[in-house]
Amino acid sequence: MDSRCIIDSSCVLQNESGLSGKSVKKYYLVLEKMSVELTGAEIFVQCLKDEGVKHIFGYPGGAVLHIYDALYQQKVVNHILVRHEQGAVHAAEGYAKSSQKPGVALVTSGPGATNAITGIADAYMDSVPLVVFTGQVPTSLIGNDAFQEVDTVGITRPCVKHNFLVKDVNDLALTIKKAFYIATSGRPGPVVVDIPKDVTAEKAEYHYPESIEMRSYKPTSDGNSRQIKKAIDFMLAAKQPMVYSGGGVILGGGAEALNELVHELNFPITNTLMGLGGFPSSDRQFVGMLGMHGTYEANMGMHHSDLVIAIGARFDDRVTGNIEKFCPDAKVIHLDVDPASISKNVSVDVPIVGQVEPVLRALLAELRLRKQKPDQDALKKWWTQIEEWRSRDCLKFDQGSDKIKPQDVIQKLHQVTNGNAFVTSDVGQHQMWAAQYYGFDKPNRWVNSGGLGTMGFGLPAAMGVQMANPEAEVACITGEGSIQMCIQELATCLQYQLPLKIILLNNGYLGMVRQWQEFFYDGRYAMSYVDSLPDFVKLAESYGHVGMKIEQPGDVEQALKDAFAMKDKLVFMNFITDPEENVYPMVPAGAGQNEMILV
Amino acid sequence: MRHIISLLMENEAGALSRVAGLFSARGYNIESLTVAPTDDPTLSRMTLVTRGNEAIIEQIIKQLNKLIDVVKLLDLTEHKHIEREMMLVKVSVDGARDHVKHIADIFHGRVLDVTQLAYVVEVTGNSEKLDAFLDALQPVPILEVVRSGAMGIAAGDISLKI
Ligand SMILES: Cc1ncc(C[n+]2csc(CCOP(=O)(O)OP(=O)(O)O)c2C)c(N)n1
Repeated sequence: MDSRCIIDSSCVLQNESGLSGKSVKKYYLVLEKMSVELTGAEIFVQCLKDEGVKHIFGYPGGAVLHIYDALYQQKVVNHILVRHEQGAVHAAEGYAKSSQKPGVALVTSGPGATNAITGIADAYMDSVPLVVFTGQVPTSLIGNDAFQEVDTVGITRPCVKHNFLVKDVNDLALTIKKAFYIATSGRPGPVVVDIPKDVTAEKAEYHYPESIEMRSYKPTSDGNSRQIKKAIDFMLAAKQPMVYSGGGVILGGGAEALNELVHELNFPITNTLMGLGGFPSSDRQFVGMLGMHGTYEANMGMHHSDLVIAIGARFDDRVTGNIEKFCPDAKVIHLDVDPASISKNVSVDVPIVGQVEPVLRALLAELRLRKQKPDQDALKKWWTQIEEWRSRDCLKFDQGSDKIKPQDVIQKLHQVTNGNAFVTSDVGQHQMWAAQYYGFDKPNRWVNSGGLGTMGFGLPAAMGVQMANPEAEVACITGEGSIQMCIQELATCLQYQLPLKIILLNNGYLGMVRQWQEFFYDGRYAMSYVDSLPDFVKLAESYGHVGMKIEQPGDVEQALKDAFAMKDKLVFMNFITDPEENVYPMVPAGAGQNEMILV
Repeated sequence: MRHIISLLMENEAGALSRVAGLFSARGYNIESLTVAPTDDPTLSRMTLVTRGNEAIIEQIIKQLNKLIDVVKLLDLTEHKHIEREMMLVKVSVDGARDHVKHIADIFHGRVLDVTQLAYVVEVTGNSEKLDAFLDALQPVPILEVVRSGAMGIAAGDISLKI
């Protein structure tokens, strides 16, 4: 007997094949197996509940009205109303990056979906686990150039890990399950689920699978044991090794294991921009960030190493500089969850495909089995060399200036927050200073847009961070160009009482653009002066927040203290900084890692 | 080097565009691509012919495998394999009927349609054979050429199946 029978919302017993009378009676016997028919919108909400989703970021519109109606009638899933769909996706990213949970966003069809694209592409580049739901016009209208129709699946295809168009309400729950599974497993990434309006109105039996298997998607997890042994052989033979770890360590929860391994080896370690916090920056073995604005010691160390141990990093061009000149004498071990990252830009001697955390544990176990230890004499020499590079003090800056130095603001921010804040940033010079001077000791505390480099990321991302970590101190480090790209989210912050601290390093320029123009275009500052800035203090106040303007170097510390003492207020701090300060060191585009411009 | 890659993918709307989009987005070369459902209607089989150095082919294979809809993949070039492509050629036969028939016979082709002025000839073989057939037809004017793109299957007991 078919037990798939259904009670519709008015509780009249029906069954799928339309049997009536006698046969219907029989179904009373299996009542406990029965499930209630729900609308697509109700299924959507129920799926989120079953997935354990507490917060979603979104913006309503015609195609998702049924869904909003269903959200309205429950209290488990909290919806945060942003002021622009880009903000919704960045907020979901901030939420995910700071919590190890997937971020969820909901937007309407057409312009809702296209506004979300920047965020989706951003999440794709930085492997952020997101599920983005987009409304779609009713199935009968798809392809008709209907009002607010765009081919969302088509537009998002190149910037998602996967996407779905749900054409039948009976597929909705399973598709949502798949979306969460794909977004959060393997190399994480954004998954878009496009749901036509009629699908949210139609009814189906609800069943949410506990777990799921897909024949076409089996993310690899344990590294190959032969490669693990070989990697340890290489490490034991190395004389000038360098560990280079990236965002994969943070995403894969591998920071602790990495710590143990690196300490046991006594190797120097550098982090990518995305990997900061994966290893404590206050540790002696940490040589700073590498890459275009990496430290002298990190870049020189990479360049002169005989073994590069890349962990959850992808040899991005901002890291390697000119690939022809990259680490000329090094063998390369590369551990990554994504096989396609391995040997993509740099050819690898020991590839290990697997989840970062378990593989790091396996490496540790293998290392501890060996009688042989890393070459102490060689390491001693290597460390002497590294300390010599370090003594170059490449991050020094003018301490006696009568202008506020942006680096100083970040260092004081570290002091005032005891290095414990969650820090988001926008894109530009301020981002690099934040990365160089905050000093992250813990993973998931540094939230920025690395791959796509999206101005406008910082403020909405900070909202997501604060939602995920309500008790934490959250700072958004930004520039006067970037902050204006998603400034409307100040209203969201008031509505949901998010006491962010916005640290605006206001140099009056699109600083990073200006810096390139100074270095490479003979100082022709085309369109990089930001004219007609608003009065940020008044702006903050008009949004219902506290605004501060800080112009003297001597006032920086007290202002920060005052701001952070206002625990339940958003404080917008407009620091008027040295307009012509540059980010050093710098590896110019096309140069080798050892060819840095220094202060 | 030329590579012929076969893959099984979920027979889902949009699966083909994921593959096509991957090639255009990453600037990979695509020489031909054929796709149709298999005996299992939930699966499509695709054969791709592409060119690139070793590193590029390795990336292509990894990126294809990374697509969620791709179930399984086999680089036929790595194995002994059979390759076939079908071609339909419409040739002008004005005063050249015997020549065309003769060449078609040599290539084990079949004449499918005969009119006063034109023949449609079907030829099957690997891609070089089809090229050779077109060369051999000269100087007869070719009116139209339709090629299926290459399909391939591994020889022996190696099978691309789930
Ligand atoms: C959406 C977007 N548009 C353009 C750029 C190019 N861009 C990179 S940094 C930068 C300047 C940022 O200026 P600001 O936010 O004031 O920060 P600063 O560099 O002065 O610290 C620009 C325009 C970008 N990264 N993102």
